[in-house]
Amino acid sequence: MCDATDKAPDLDARGLKCPLPVIRLARIARAADPGTVLLALADDPAAEADIPAWARMRGHTVTLERRGAHTAYRIVVG
Amino acid sequence: MLDATRSPLHPIARDTLLAALDEGWADPRRLHREGRRARLLLDRARESVAASIGARPDELSFHPSAEHALLAGVRGLAHARRRTGSRVVTSAVDRQVLLDEAYAVDPGSAPLPVDRDGRVNPASVAASLAEETPAVLVALQQANGEVGTSQPVADVHSVCRSAAVPLLVDATASLGRVDPPRAYDALVGDAATVAGPPVGVLTVRTGTRFDLPGPRWEPEHGREPADPWVPLALAAAEAWQQAEAARAAEAESARELVDRIRAAARAVPDVEVVGDPVDRLPHVVTFSALYVDGESIVDALDREHGLAVASGSACTSSRLEPSHVLAAMGALTHGNVRVTLPLAAVAPHREVEVDRLCRALPGVIADLRSRLGVDDL
Repeated sequence: MCDATDKAPDLDARGLKCPLPVIRLARIARAADPGTVLLALADDPAAEADIPAWARMRGHTVTLERRGAHTAYRIVVG
Repeated sequence: MLDATRSPLHPIARDTLLAALDEGWADPRRLHREGRRARLLLDRARESVAASIGARPDELSFHPSAEHALLAGVRGLAHARRRTGSRVVTSAVDRQVLLDEAYAVDPGSAPLPVDRDGRVNPASVAASLAEETPAVLVALQQANGEVGTSQPVADVHSVCRSAAVPLLVDATASLGRVDPPRAYDALVGDAATVAGPPVGVLTVRTGTRFDLPGPRWEPEHGREPADPWVPLALAAAEAWQQAEAARAAEAESARELVDRIRAAARAVPDVEVVGDPVDRLPHVVTFSALYVDGESIVDALDREHGLAVASGSACTSSRLEPSHVLAAMGALTHGNVRVTLPLAAVAPHREVEVDRLCRALPGVIADLRSRLGVDDL
């Protein structure tokens, strides 16, 4: 599902608690051109709800994939 | 105080409780004068609650808490149908105690999804009941206590009727605040919702198969191992009776105040008000502010403005997980603020507090965002 799986993450937010993963991701997405694909990793359970909710509010699309102790998020900047 | 899942007792329920300490302290099973008096008062409390919520006294039992009443309801309905199966149909916004119970009896069953407003689709209940693994009951809220959204109880009850599966309605956040539901097989309420003591009641409609596992008990139609403490049952009954008498005006006023909060929250940039704007509880509202953590908002409102609110954000609870209700709705879980209005009878100045909240919100959120350096995101 995550075709960005093999690239290095643009954000490794593992160990960060809400709302920090979303804030860091928003900063990166703001500087990116529309259509850019970003890969983020996070292990805060709240991020699974909050990253998709933020993406919806900002017009990005996101798919997520659980990888054991953390979750990988693939964001297409809108 | 804008966090009234527990509130001070209604003044008349308080008077009733104090009087009952002298009149109803005895064991209602004793045959002496004091025991008989306590029994009489307990019977009266039961008749009173039944009348308030449109049930029959012989259908209604008192429980030590709303959670006890929910569990008794689920276990009694499920055990009575144990030859059919064990699966309990819940929804993703149900109270944790129900989700845990459904998981315990069948780890394979997943709660039904909800839409962005937190509503269950009756068609998904029908689809679930048509699955191969038979269901023994459906649990549905009358309305959600975190986000306020009402559920289509009547439609889901028809679906259940067609499938011959009983419906348990969790009205713990609603009973006494809105019209009591009519379409149910079992119904649970919480007196704390109407400024009573935290006492649960369970009504099981006559004719509904109900059988709790384990040894036969006497008290509360066999649903509890012990009789309730009579003064608490009386105070609970008084709270519902008072709530019923004031309900129309109370709900109208609460709805107007919640509309003010919704408008004030919506006016702040990147704040989402969560839950159905119209078909909802009159006294509950929740919203989430992007990039802010819930704990900081709760703390700032408390310290700088003297306002007590709740939050469904992870950092504000003792658990690491955020509110499962917000998560199931696809809403932001951080930066969350939840208001549960107390009854006007116990909070005569609630309108002043609501207006103070509305005025404080833009500044509190802007201040926190500026401290986090997220203004430009």
